[in-house]
Amino acid sequence: MMASSYNAKEEDGHHSGAVGPGGAGTVKIKKPDNTAFKQQRLPAWQPILTAGTVLPAFFVIGLIFIPIGIGLFVTSNNIKEFEIDYTGMEESSPCYVCAHNYSWNNTTPCICLIPFVLDQPFESNVFMYYGLSNFYQNHRRYVKSRDDSQLNGDKTSLLNPSKECEPYRKSNGLSIAPCGAIANSLFNDTLELIYNFPNGTTITIPLMRKGIAWWTDKHVKFRNPGGNDNNLTTAFAGTAKPLNWGKPVYELDPSDPDNNGFINEDFIVWMRTAALPTFRKLYRIIQKKKDNMMPTLPQGNYTLNITYNYPVRSFDGQKRMILSTISWMGGKNPFLGIAYITVGSVCFFLGVVLLIIHHKYGSRNNNADIPN
Amino acid sequence: MKWTDPVASIRRRWGRHRQEQEGAVRTLVSNLPYEDLKKKDHPNCQYKSNVIKTTKYTLWSFVPKNLYEQFHRVANLYFVGLAVLNFVPVVNAFQPEVALIPICVILALTAFKDGWVDLRRFQMDQKLNNLPCLVYSRIETGFVERRWKDVRVGDFIKVVSNEIIPADILLLHTSNPDSVCLMETANLDGETNLKQRKVVPGFSAPNSPFKPGGFKSTVVCERPNNDLNHFSGYIEKPDKKKLGFGIDSLLLRGCTTRNTDESSGIVVYAGHETKSMLNNSGARYKRSKLERKLNADVLYCVLLLFSMCLIGALGHAIWLETFSDVPLYMVPDSEGRFIPPTLAGFYMFFTMIILLQVLIPISLYVSIELVKMGQVFFITQDLDLYHEETDTRIQCQALNITEDLGQIQHVFSDKTGTLTENKMVFRRCTITGTEYSHSENAVRLAVLGETDASEDEVTLFQQRRKRRQPSLFAEDPGEAAGRCHDAQADVASYQSSKVAAGVHSDLAFSSPLETEVVPDRKLLQVVLEADRLREGGSLDQGLNQGLERSLYLDFFVALAICNTVVVSTATAQRQRVKGRRNSYAPQTVWGRLRGFLKKTGSPWSASKFVAGKQEPLADPFAADEEPPDISDTPDIYTTTPEGGNPKTQSEVTSNQAQRQRPDPTRPGSASPDDVCYESQSPDESALVHAARAYGSTLLERTPDRVTVLLPHGTLLSYEVLDILTFDSTRKRMSVLVRHPHTDEIILYTKGADSAVMEILEDPAGESVSQCELRKRVCSNTQRHLDMYARDGLRTLCFAKRVVSQKAYEDWSLIRQQAISAIANKEKLLMDTAILLETNLTLIGATGIEDRLQENVPETIEALREAGMQVWVLTGDKTETAVNIAYACKLLDHKDLVFTLNTNNKAVCQSILESTLEEVRRYGPDPVFRGLGEGFGVQASGDLGEDPTIGLVIDGRTLSLVLEEEDLRSKFVELCRHCRSVLCCRVTPLQKSTVVKLVRDKLRVMTLAIGDGANDVNMIQAADVGIGIFGQEGMQAVMASDFAISRFKHLRRLLLVHGHWCYSRLSNMVIYFFYKNLAYVALLFWYQFFCGFSGTAMIDYWLMIFFNLFFTSVPPIMHGIMDQDASKTTLLSFPELYKIGQHSEGYRRSAFWIAMLDAFYQSLVCFFIPYLTYQGSDIDIFSFGNPMNTVSLFTIILHLAIEINAWTVVHWVTMLGSVLLYFGVTLAFSAICVTCNPPSDPYWIMQQQMADPMFYLVCLITVVVALLPKYTLQVLRGTLAPPPLLYARQLERQPPSGEEQIRIDVSQAPPDPRFTLSGLSSPPPSSPPSPIQTRHPQKL
Repeated sequence: MMASSYNAKEEDGHHSGAVGPGGAGTVKIKKPDNTAFKQQRLPAWQPILTAGTVLPAFFVIGLIFIPIGIGLFVTSNNIKEFEIDYTGMEESSPCYVCAHNYSWNNTTPCICLIPFVLDQPFESNVFMYYGLSNFYQNHRRYVKSRDDSQLNGDKTSLLNPSKECEPYRKSNGLSIAPCGAIANSLFNDTLELIYNFPNGTTITIPLMRKGIAWWTDKHVKFRNPGGNDNNLTTAFAGTAKPLNWGKPVYELDPSDPDNNGFINEDFIVWMRTAALPTFRKLYRIIQKKKDNMMPTLPQGNYTLNITYNYPVRSFDGQKRMILSTISWMGGKNPFLGIAYITVGSVCFFLGVVLLIIHHKYGSRNNNADIPN
Repeated sequence: MKWTDPVASIRRRWGRHRQEQEGAVRTLVSNLPYEDLKKKDHPNCQYKSNVIKTTKYTLWSFVPKNLYEQFHRVANLYFVGLAVLNFVPVVNAFQPEVALIPICVILALTAFKDGWVDLRRFQMDQKLNNLPCLVYSRIETGFVERRWKDVRVGDFIKVVSNEIIPADILLLHTSNPDSVCLMETANLDGETNLKQRKVVPGFSAPNSPFKPGGFKSTVVCERPNNDLNHFSGYIEKPDKKKLGFGIDSLLLRGCTTRNTDESSGIVVYAGHETKSMLNNSGARYKRSKLERKLNADVLYCVLLLFSMCLIGALGHAIWLETFSDVPLYMVPDSEGRFIPPTLAGFYMFFTMIILLQVLIPISLYVSIELVKMGQVFFITQDLDLYHEETDTRIQCQALNITEDLGQIQHVFSDKTGTLTENKMVFRRCTITGTEYSHSENAVRLAVLGETDASEDEVTLFQQRRKRRQPSLFAEDPGEAAGRCHDAQADVASYQSSKVAAGVHSDLAFSSPLETEVVPDRKLLQVVLEADRLREGGSLDQGLNQGLERSLYLDFFVALAICNTVVVSTATAQRQRVKGRRNSYAPQTVWGRLRGFLKKTGSPWSASKFVAGKQEPLADPFAADEEPPDISDTPDIYTTTPEGGNPKTQSEVTSNQAQRQRPDPTRPGSASPDDVCYESQSPDESALVHAARAYGSTLLERTPDRVTVLLPHGTLLSYEVLDILTFDSTRKRMSVLVRHPHTDEIILYTKGADSAVMEILEDPAGESVSQCELRKRVCSNTQRHLDMYARDGLRTLCFAKRVVSQKAYEDWSLIRQQAISAIANKEKLLMDTAILLETNLTLIGATGIEDRLQENVPETIEALREAGMQVWVLTGDKTETAVNIAYACKLLDHKDLVFTLNTNNKAVCQSILESTLEEVRRYGPDPVFRGLGEGFGVQASGDLGEDPTIGLVIDGRTLSLVLEEEDLRSKFVELCRHCRSVLCCRVTPLQKSTVVKLVRDKLRVMTLAIGDGANDVNMIQAADVGIGIFGQEGMQAVMASDFAISRFKHLRRLLLVHGHWCYSRLSNMVIYFFYKNLAYVALLFWYQFFCGFSGTAMIDYWLMIFFNLFFTSVPPIMHGIMDQDASKTTLLSFPELYKIGQHSEGYRRSAFWIAMLDAFYQSLVCFFIPYLTYQGSDIDIFSFGNPMNTVSLFTIILHLAIEINAWTVVHWVTMLGSVLLYFGVTLAFSAICVTCNPPSDPYWIMQQQMADPMFYLVCLITVVVALLPKYTLQVLRGTLAPPPLLYARQLERQPPSGEEQIRIDVSQAPPDPRFTLSGLSSPPPSSPPSPIQTRHPQKL
C-alpha cells in the first residue's frame, strides 16, 4: 500500500507492500516461475560453424549454382538483339541535319532514314525499343514532377494539379494536363520499320502500339478524366497542353480511343521513369506471323524511318532503336549467367579448401576434445 | 534514459527558497484554535499539506511537458532537425509530411510509456491521498475521520494499532501505560524488527486521556530532511519551559504502529516533506561503459554520414558542371530559373543528410532500452537468484547498466553481512579474566553448519563419493563410520527443527542457531552458584572471591540489559507473526540442554565426542597444515558404510519434503515465558540470547524500566535512568540503571575493546591486591580478546561503573541541556556520554561469531578465476578480517601477505616503496592476462613460480596513503600486483574513496557490494553497486543498482547474466551499426547513377518500415535471448568472463569490421541487381525493390550467422520478419495506387514476384553478400576457435568428460592449483581428519 514511495521498486514488479514476507505458511509469492522460457532453458539449436559441419553447404551451393548459371548463359545467348544509334552526332549520319536543326517549336517534321541489315532472322515476337543514354530520368526533382491523381483521372487534380508539377503546372492560367516535367519531356520521335525485299520492293512492318505498358498501369493507374467513354476533348476542357508538346493529350492517338489521353501507352511507358541514365523503353511490338513459316523479321535489309523530334544534344545523349526477341529472363544479359557460374565455382573451390582444412585441423581438434 | 528536468530544478530551487524563508528551524503550533479560519490564515499554512503528488504531468500538461522533456534528448533533436530540413523546399528529399513519421513514432512510443508510468503513479497517489485517518476537531471535540490529503501540519492525529501512519507525527500520547508505541518500519527501510517510540519526555503523564484542545505550546524542530535516523527539536510550553525530543518521539509516515491501541500526536511534517517522501528518490540513471563507447561510435557514424553527404554534394556540383546546356530533364524552380551548380551542391548536402539519416542509429537507443528491459526481466526471473528463505528475488533498480555486470574487473566487498551472514552466534566469553570456551556450543554449531551445507550439496555429494570413497575407507572405516553416524543423526534431527523454523525466518534472529546457546557447563555452575550466593545475601561481602562471583552475575545482567533490544512477549505479539518460532521457545534452559545431550547420546559420550574435536584457540598459522575445506563437508556422508547411506538419503529427502508444508505436529501454543527479542543489530540479540541461556532472561523493556529474570527466579526491575546510544566515534554504548534492591546507580558499558579498555579505571588508587587483580583481569582479557580476534570472532567488552547519587545528579543536569539543544545536539550528547563513561571496571568480554555465508569461498574463487580482483573493505579489526579472509579463500596460506600498519607518513612511504620493490621482483608487470592464456590446460604450469600477493592495510595507514598523491599512485601500483587486498578498520568514507581511487587510477570497472548503511557510499561510488538484503536495514539496497540476497548469487549474476547481457548487447549494438550502414549505403551507391540528385529507389514508406518493423524485432530478441554459452558452461569456465572484462565483445575493431562488412554487403546488394538490370527498361522502384528484398534477406541472415542458440522465439521472429516484409510490401503495392505521390509502388512487388529473374537475383546476391562472413566464421571456428567456441565445443563432448570438468571447476576444490588449472585432473583425495569434518566456517 505504501509502495508509492518506492516507485522504482514498484516498476520492477516487486510489490514491496505491507504484506512483506513472514507469517506462518507464507506462500512464496515472489518465487519466479520455473518455466523453460523464464529460466532461459528453451530448447535451442546451437550450430557451431566449423569446416566439418558446413562443408556440404558449400558443395550444395556449387552444385546448384553452376547449372543455373549455364542455363542462364545459354538462354541469354539465344536472345537476338539488334541495336542502332540514330542520334546523328556524326556528320556521316543521315540524322545529322535533323539533330542540329532541331527545336521543340518546329512545325515541319524532320525525317531521316537509316538503313540497316539484320544478319539473322528474328523469330517469335520482336520487341522494338527506343533507347536513351545519359538521360537522367531518375533525377530527384524530375521524378517528383508529376501528379498521379491527375493521371488517375481525378477531376480536381486535373484543373488544379499538385505543386510538385511546378514549374510545369500552369500555362497562361490554364492548368497543364498532364502536368510536370516528366510529361513535358515525353519522347516524341516516331520510328517506322521498313523491310526491303531483296527484289527491291519495300514493306512497312506493322507495329503493335498497344500492349507495351503494364496492364495495371493502363487499367488502374492511368485513367482519363470522366472515364474512357466520354469525349476526351470535353473531358480535358480548360486544360493546356504541356509546353513542349505539339498537340494536346487527347490527340495522342486519335485513331484509337482506348489508346488516347492519359491511357496512351507510349505516354504510360514514358511516365514509368527509368532507373538508370542509360535505358530503353518499349516502343512497339512486332507480332510473329500467323503462318509461323516465316520468321517475324527475316534477315535482310531494313530501313528505319525516323521522324526526328527529340533533342538530346543538350545533355550529350544518344538515341537508339533496339530490336530484341525476349525469353523468360527478359532481354539479353549474360551477366547473371556468368555470375552464377563464377559463384558456383568459388563455392565449390571453398568446399574443397574446407575439406582439406577439415582433414588437417578439424580432426586435431576433435582428438584433443575427447578425453579418451 | 533520463534528462535533467529544468522545470523540476526550478521547482526545487524555488522550494529551497521557500525553505530558506522558513529559517533554520520549523516552528509550528496547534491548528485547533484556527480551525474555523480560512486556510491561508492558519499559522502553519506555509508548510506543505499532506497531499502527495508523485506524478510528473497533469491531464493538460502531459502533451506539452512530455514533448518538452523528450526534446531534451539529442537524438530527438536530430530527428526534428531532419524533419524541419525536409520542409525546406530546396533541400527536401521526401514528401515533408512523410519525414515526420519516424519522429512521431518515437515520440508517441515514449510518450505512451511515460504516460502509462505516470498514470500508475497517479492511481497510487490517489489511493494514498484518500486513505482515512483520525484527525482531532475542536468543533466536534473529538477525533473525526478525514482523508490523508486533508491532514495539515499542526493537526492532531490518532493512529490506532496496525494502522499506517499518515504523516510524520510527534508522539504526544499513547494508550500504553509506559507511554511507548511500537512501530514497524518495514515499508520504509525493510527492517522487520519493531522500533520503540516514546512520548516526548515530560510532556504528559501516562494513563491520562489526551486533550489536544489544551495544547498551547509551540513545537520547534529542524527543517524537513531525509535523515531517517535523526530528528531533534523541543516543545516550548507557554511557561517557556522547553522539552527536548529526538527521533525516538517521531512516528514516520508510511510506518505501521504495532501493539499499541492508540497513539496520538501533532503533525510535524506532511506530504512531500515527510522523511519517507524525502527519502524516495526514483530509479537512478547510470551510463554503462558500453554506452559510452557506443556514443563514440555514433560519432564515427556522424563523420561517415558527413563524408558521404560531402561526396554527394561535390558529386552533384561536378555533375551539374559537365553540362554546357540545360538538359531536358533538369527541372527549374517555380520561377523557371536554374540554381548555379555550387549552390545546388550546397543544398544537396542537406538533402543527402535527410536521405541517409538512418545511418545514425537512432533506433538503436530505443532498441537498447527495450533490450535492457528484457534483460532485466530475465535476471529477475532467474530461480537461481531467488532466495527461498526470505522470499526475495534479485531487484534491479538501475535498468540500464545490465551489461556492466559483464565487465567487472574489481570487486569491493564489505565483510559483515556480505561475506558473512551477519547472524551473530555467541561463541565464547571471558569473565574477569577466565575464559570459557563453550565447546559444546561449538559442536552444536558445527553440526548445524554441516546441515546447512548438506542441503545445498545433496545432489553433488554422490558424485564426489564415487571418487573419494576408496581413500576414505582406507583410513579408518570403523571409527569414521561410527562417529559420523552420530553426526548424521544430529543432522537429521536438527534439520527438522530447522524446517519448522525456516518458515518464519523473516526474523533473522529466530533460527535456533542464534537463540539456542548451549551453556558452558563450568560457567553455568559458577553463575548458578553466584546467584545462589546472592540469594543468600553473602555476595556483598568485600571478599575478592565474592566480588568476582558478583561480577559473573553482573556480566550476564549487562549482557541482558545493555542494549536496545525490544522484547515482545507472546501475548503482545504482532498479529502477522502470530504463532511463529514455537518449536524451541517453550523449552527452558535445562530442557534445551537436556534435549541436546539426548541427541548426542549420553552426556558422557557427548563430551567424549566433543573432546575429540576440542580445538585449542587456533592461531591463524595453525591452520596451515589443515586448511579448512568447505567443499569437504559432504565427506561426512561418504564415510558412512554402504548400508547407512540410503537411510541418510531418505532422511534428508523426507526432511526436505517436510519443509514444503508446515509441520502439523508442532505445538502451536506459546508458553508464558515465551519472549521474543527484536533488535536492530544482530549481535545484541545474540548476547541477550546468551544471557538467557545462563538464566538471566530479559523479560521486559520500557523507556524507564528493564526487567531481568535471574536464574533462581528473582525478578530484578531496573529503573533506566538514561541510555547513551552507540555512535561510531565512541564505539560503545551504555545504560545507566538504578538497582532495584541496592538503589545503586550503575552504568553498564558495552563496546569495542579499544573503546572500553582505554576508559577503565586507574587501579592506582586501590589496594595492592585489588590492583593486582584488576591488572590480571585486564591483561588476561586482552589476551583472550586477541585470540578471539584471530579466530575471526567479533569481540565486545563489558564494563560497569557504580555512579554516586551526587555525580549522577550533576551529570543529569548537563545531560538535560544537551537533550533539548537543537544545534549541535549530537556532539553535545556525545560529550555528555564521554563525561560519564570513565573509570569503568572491566567485567568481561564476549566473542561472537559471524558465520560465513554459504558458498562464499567458491564464489570468491570463481570471481577470481574470472579475472576479477576481490578487495574486502571492512570496519572490523585487522585480526578478525584477516581470519575471515583466510576462511573465505580471499587469502591463501601460500600467499605472500604484506601488512601495512603504521601511523607515520614517512614510514608509510618507505614501507610502500620497499614492498613495491619486493613485489616487482616477483613478477613483471601483471598485465591482465589475455584470454588465450588464462584458458585451458596449459595455464597450470606457470602458477607455481611466482607467489600470489595479498595486501592488508588498516584504516589509519589508508588515510595516510590517501592524503598524498604520490603515495596514492604507489599504493595503486602496489595493488595492481596484489591478488587480493584487505582494508580493515575503514570508515564508510574511506571505502568510497578507495573505490574511486581504483576506478579512476586503474581505469577499471568496479563493483561494490555491501549490506549496511556504511556501504552506501561505496555502492554509489562504484560503477555497479550491489546491495544485499541483510540484517542491517535497507539503505544499501536502496542505494544499489542491483540487490541480491546472498553473496553467492554474485557469481551467477556476474558470470552468467553479466556475461550474457554484455555479449548480447554488444552483439546487438554492432549489428545495429552494421544494419543501418548496409541499408543506407544502398541509397548512397544509387547516387552515383542519378547525378547525386538525392533520389531514393526504394519507396520511403518501405524504408521506414524496413527499420521500424522488418528488421527490428530479430536483433532485439537476439539482444534479449541469445546465449553464446549455456549457464553451465559459463559457470564451469569462469575464464569466459574475461571476454567482457577486456571488452572483447565490443571493440573498435569489431565496429570497423562490421562497417566494412556492411559496405561490402551493400555493394553486392546494389551492384548485382544493377548489373542484372543494366540497360533494360526497368523503372526506378522496380529496380529498388529487389535491392530492398535482398538487403532484408542479407541483414536477417547475417543475424542468423550471429545467433548462437536458436530457440522457438528466434525462429518465429526471423520467419515472422520475412513474412511481414512480403505481406506488407505486397499489400502496399496492391493498395497504393496514388497514395504516395513521388513513388510508384503500385503492383511492383506482384510484377516482380511473377518474374523468375527476381528470385535468381535475390538468391545469388544473398549468397555472395554473406559468403565472406560465413567463410571467415567457419575458418575461425575450425582453425582458431575463440575460447567461447572452444567451450561450446567442449560442451558437446560426451558427458563423461563434461561432468568431470564441471565438478572440478564449479565445486572449487580446496587447492587453488587445481581450480586454476581448470580442466585437468581431479583433486587428490586428502586423508580425512577430524578437522576436516568440521565446517571451515568454524575457525
